[in-house]
Amino acid sequence: MIETRGLRKSFRSRAGRETKTVEAVRGVDLDVPASEIFGFLGPNGAGKTTTLRMLATLIEPDGGQATIAGADLLKDPGEVRRRIGYVAQGGSTWDESTAREELVLQARMYGIGKTEAHRRAARALEAFQLTEFADRKCKTYSGGQRRRVEIALGIIHEPKIVFLDEPTTGLDPQSRAHMWDEIRRLRADGMTVFITTHYLDEADALCDRIAIMDHGELVAEGTPTDLKREISGDVVQVGLDVVATGEAEKLLDGEEYVNRLETLEEGGLRLFVDDGATAIPRILRRIDGAGLDLKSIELHRPSLDDVFLTKTGRSLRES
Amino acid sequence: MKLARDTWLIFQRQLHLLLRNPVWVFVGVFQPVMYLLLFAPLLKPALGAPTQAEAYKIFVPGLLVLLAIFGGLFQGFGLIAELRAGVIERSRVTPVSRLALLLGRSLRDVVSLLAQAVIITLLALLFDLRVFIGDLLLAFLMLALIALMTSAVSYGVALKVKSEDALAPLMNTVAQPVLLLSGILLPLAFAPGWLQGVAKWNPFSWAVDGTRALFNGDIGNDRVWQGLTIIAVLAAAGVYWAARQFARSVR
Repeated sequence: MIETRGLRKSFRSRAGRETKTVEAVRGVDLDVPASEIFGFLGPNGAGKTTTLRMLATLIEPDGGQATIAGADLLKDPGEVRRRIGYVAQGGSTWDESTAREELVLQARMYGIGKTEAHRRAARALEAFQLTEFADRKCKTYSGGQRRRVEIALGIIHEPKIVFLDEPTTGLDPQSRAHMWDEIRRLRADGMTVFITTHYLDEADALCDRIAIMDHGELVAEGTPTDLKREISGDVVQVGLDVVATGEAEKLLDGEEYVNRLETLEEGGLRLFVDDGATAIPRILRRIDGAGLDLKSIELHRPSLDDVFLTKTGRSLRES
Repeated sequence: MKLARDTWLIFQRQLHLLLRNPVWVFVGVFQPVMYLLLFAPLLKPALGAPTQAEAYKIFVPGLLVLLAIFGGLFQGFGLIAELRAGVIERSRVTPVSRLALLLGRSLRDVVSLLAQAVIITLLALLFDLRVFIGDLLLAFLMLALIALMTSAVSYGVALKVKSEDALAPLMNTVAQPVLLLSGILLPLAFAPGWLQGVAKWNPFSWAVDGTRALFNGDIGNDRVWQGLTIIAVLAAAGVYWAARQFARSVR
């Protein structure tokens, strides 16, 4: 559904008198199959929004190729626009308009006739459970309602692909769960959904396939299960207070069974080991021997966060 | 035709939102009405005009051109609010005509200006201003072209600077000399030679002269067609430039 080869974009930025070229996206190859939820992950500044905006025809790529829903992005962006929907992160509704007016306008901007536009607006309002507020001004909506209007706007013309830029950022847990259901419903309707997110649990639960971007390049791509499987071994999480964390780090960093070690901001360590069952007693002995106060110890399979850490060298939470 | 259809679509939407809150039309007309009521009465003795009506024939056209220039130049603020709300980006991912995104908005501004111009003209009639309807319509065409140009330029600049903080001083800096060099408040006939020389390079001074000639019933005056032509050419250039800003990819 989406196929890109060597897609790239650089920006010139001026700092004082010097102009500097920032390579925001340096050659991205993506293959997104039809009717999937594809998650696009990366820390801020990794180039994921730039990539998304290129795919949505909002900025012109410097080079490379892309075919989106069968249309050539560089040669025929107008045709791409007809076939895709795009929902920006920062919102797209006007305070003084009503949801119905916005939906009708959006449909008509896609060239749909007046009667059909009204019919589609009514149907979208119903599908997104907005009928009750349809004729109230957008400024009176809650965050979740407004987000639903925006998604409805993005798919009013029944595109083959919809791009959602961080669709659940800023929503409370209930609205977020609701939004996941809406996104799954889009997939069930046969749409390809391309989302960016920085919630790894979201990517894990929602996405059929994910790609991780860092410094303008893709560093990993695959199903969440495959990516987690790539990291062999177990993760042992040790709960300690902040002072003890520093000491434990010194104690355990050199141990031969610890492949990698990460300190947690709130205190504690994450240790990547080959075999949790044999590592735990040894870890406990070291901590106990040093007289450190252990609060908790957990053993778990690698999460997407661990994948992220392995691929980018840092945790998504701290980036 | 796609452009006409899309322009009509955007125009309808913008007009609808304006009419939902029509108070802005009256806020816009408040200042010129104040000039009309509180400043214009000083003109008869100051200009040495034979009657009040003569003084109004000089002052009202200038006031209307002033309204068209300022009304247009400050439309960019509304666009910055739309940019911030994401409405422009939402429009730009659709296949809607880029020129229509601009024209629909600018034509709404023209309509809103003409409504204000009618209010002021009607008020001036109460002060014995008399003008032929044909001449008046031609004068309104001049005002419409001025508003089309200034609002288009304002939208183009707004898309470039993207912030109210930059737009306000920029527009004021442009508007102030343009205003003073166009003989809007007092005819440049009073000006010293060098000032008249400089004003010749200000297109709005031609527009003001033309509009004054029309209010004076002097439709054959060269300044009428000259003013209309100059402003029409500039309006076309302004629209072309601003539409390009709508089409250009912004980060």
